[in-house]
Amino acid sequence: MTAELNSPPVSEYCEPARQTNTSARQLCDVLVVGGGVVGCAVTRRLALAGAHVILAEKEADILEGASKGNSAILHTGFDAPPNSVEQGCIADGYREFLEIQSRLNLPLVKTGAMVLAWDHEQAARIDAIVAKAHANGVKDVAEISTDAARAQVPALGTGFTRAVHIPGESLLDPWSTPLAYLHQALAHGAEFLHHCEVHTGEFDGNRWRVATSQGELQARWLVNSAGLYGDQLHHQLIGEPRFRIRPRKGQFLVYDKSANQLTDTIILPTPQETTKGIVICPTIFGNLLVGPTAEDQESRADASVDTATLSRLKSVGESIVPGLKEHSITGVYAGIRPATDARDYQLEADSKRQYLCIGGIRSTGLSAALGIARRAAKLILGDQSAADTPDSIQWPSVPQISEAGQRDWMRPDNGGIVCHCELVTRREIKNALLGPLPARSLSGLKRRTRATMGRCQGFYCSAELSELTQGHLDCPLGI
Amino acid sequence: MSAPAIQCDVAIVGAGPAGLGAAIRLRNSGVKRVVVLEREAAAGGIPRHCGHPPFGWPEFQRILKGPEYALRLQQAADAAGVDIRTETSVVQIEPGPMLQVTTPAGPAQIEAARVLLATGARETPRSARLISGTRPMGVLTTGALQSMVYLKSQRPFMRPVITGTELVSFSALLSCRHAKIRPVAMLEEHSRPTAWRASVWLPRLLGVRLEMNTQLIAIEGNDRVSGVLVRRGENSVEKIACDGVVFCGRFVAEASLACMGHIDVNPVFGTPVTDQFGRCSDARFFAAGNMVHPADTSGRCWHDGITTADHIVQSLAGNLPSPNNAIAIESAEPVIRYVIPQRLSVDPRPAKDAALCVRFSSEAKGTLHLKVNDSPIVSKRVRARPEKQVAVALPDDIFSSKPKRLKLTFEPSC
Repeated sequence: MTAELNSPPVSEYCEPARQTNTSARQLCDVLVVGGGVVGCAVTRRLALAGAHVILAEKEADILEGASKGNSAILHTGFDAPPNSVEQGCIADGYREFLEIQSRLNLPLVKTGAMVLAWDHEQAARIDAIVAKAHANGVKDVAEISTDAARAQVPALGTGFTRAVHIPGESLLDPWSTPLAYLHQALAHGAEFLHHCEVHTGEFDGNRWRVATSQGELQARWLVNSAGLYGDQLHHQLIGEPRFRIRPRKGQFLVYDKSANQLTDTIILPTPQETTKGIVICPTIFGNLLVGPTAEDQESRADASVDTATLSRLKSVGESIVPGLKEHSITGVYAGIRPATDARDYQLEADSKRQYLCIGGIRSTGLSAALGIARRAAKLILGDQSAADTPDSIQWPSVPQISEAGQRDWMRPDNGGIVCHCELVTRREIKNALLGPLPARSLSGLKRRTRATMGRCQGFYCSAELSELTQGHLDCPLGI
Repeated sequence: MSAPAIQCDVAIVGAGPAGLGAAIRLRNSGVKRVVVLEREAAAGGIPRHCGHPPFGWPEFQRILKGPEYALRLQQAADAAGVDIRTETSVVQIEPGPMLQVTTPAGPAQIEAARVLLATGARETPRSARLISGTRPMGVLTTGALQSMVYLKSQRPFMRPVITGTELVSFSALLSCRHAKIRPVAMLEEHSRPTAWRASVWLPRLLGVRLEMNTQLIAIEGNDRVSGVLVRRGENSVEKIACDGVVFCGRFVAEASLACMGHIDVNPVFGTPVTDQFGRCSDARFFAAGNMVHPADTSGRCWHDGITTADHIVQSLAGNLPSPNNAIAIESAEPVIRYVIPQRLSVDPRPAKDAALCVRFSSEAKGTLHLKVNDSPIVSKRVRARPEKQVAVALPDDIFSSKPKRLKLTFEPSC
């Protein structure tokens, strides 16, 4: 046995890409800390309003935290607590998404959803669900007969006694959407710093001086959209604890595309106190999703899955849609949502310290992000920012990778297919590694292209990807 | 506007041993236009990724490495006048038959009198096994490992664990050796290897410890794998430090085109429903190779391709019995992983050398009964292992009694 055969320590494999030093950077108007969907949307809104914004993300890419794993639904907010900040943000976010979606080339599929009651206790809550939806302004929510529900989704199992139809619930692309927000922000002068972790910061009465892993940054305002680490960042910057993140993990099963035919509607359980419960929903990529679980845990980073829970999810899924038994599972994942002790979002500006905290954005962040961003801009810039988006703004479009529109493989000169399961072309891979927001990690590449996310999970394309990504990823596929 | 559809007599999806074996036979039988559609950059199928022997004995009476074998197959096909189109992915199959394909230049359509699906099999990845733990890089199937090592000369890890002892697990060992990757251990849940017993010598020879009765239960690591948790025997859980995991085998049919199209797929077996001629539920479509029996050696796939090609020739000549008059073979035994074929088209001619091929999902000892209208007509004692196939010969006069139901049952012996 020779020494050269031993593997080098892991740290040598993964070296963060170097970035220009930030010390020479000028004072910016707003420093947004945390590149999840909320950070991207806030950066966009502020940049559109003319502010000079820097988005600092401690990981290699956006969407590496809570925004990484969700159920990819655009919610109407029908079941949000009435008059809450959350409900307002979802309603605003929903409205704006419909306005801008096609201009950013973002797909949307209006599938509608059904809430089903499977026992006596759940059935007793149905009237309240309809009433709450109407109170939230989602007026088209109505109870439908169980026959009508079954006609909509013939694959449903037996045993549910009442059903509510929510026509407005829709599917979106959970990764291209925030990516498009940030692209538009960059087109309007925003800057994105990856591998930029905020250590400490001080407000001197005029500006923030923030020490980061990339040097010092200065900003007039600081926005904390650090998601799962929002409470820690708040503590570092402001000193006093304000809320505490209680990480809640949700595991999901992704079924093969063949299972997509089982339902074209989102199937929701009757909501519980802490969670929406286990959802069965088609995805915009043509799969079928079952999840999430709701598991409170200490760790903010541990998105591990476990066999027992996944098996339980499988049987819950099969009890709702028995036909799932005949389909195979393509993927599994877990997301962590930043729940807090409080019920509502924590959205509060400290105008004396020019600090805005956006905390506790749990499972509805994707739907609410644009609404949150509007409120954030209003708190920072005043009412001028709330004016509707002017015509002069730029609309960069992101590649369309969902099944809802034309894919690159349908177009000429695409370079050929690299990932056969998801029909990802060589041109799509190459493009995802270039541009102002290139993929720097395999997960970033997956989110931008869907490569390796199909039924074979990289059986065929790993080698090709390894070659195509050489020199592009912090943590290369091949050693 | 898209270009006019390409016309051919037989379109074959997949240029592996089954597809090329069939294509050559079809051409040699006088079929004019045989087009093979291959999504990869070169023909040859999985053997092309598999840079070690033994391949090619039944076909060429030589022991070859995978790529040499793949090249010979391709040359034989070229010589026979087969039209091989590489970098051509079939994205949808439609009645007609019509195939929607995409190439680097863009989409195209292919019309054929008959279609042979020979898309092979793939291994069950980590996700579908519902394995616990984090999801770091460095968790691969053998197929992914081989294409990295042999086609791109890259190493996904240096010290992985290898799971399973199917034949392909030993292929994973050889692939590691080729790339100077030194597996930490080879793990087998059961007390005996899945492949033949003598196979335990290979890891020993290569200095890799083989751990029986050891089940991988979780993966650890952030960016890359840092270790795995294994359960030994009943209760003891241990950690093995490693930087990768190879999930070997548990092959399933690559039947996506059938699943997503109009062809019936057996929901339990995951393979397309075929009759004794390899005909699918749409009788202009045929299936052959590892897609029908995941997964066998390339030699068997090649042979299967040839047999199915002969049936296609008969089909083109209008000589096959009607597919509308078929009897399904029922089998609801959990120990049976699959049965081929899953239905028999009633054939007035005597069935010559016809047999059912049965594969088991676990070790089993007992008797297989083929019952016609609930009374056994064939019984066969078997000692089955997961990777072993059992052939149940069909009586020549099986159709003379006008059977309505055929049922395959397994009676375990103590």
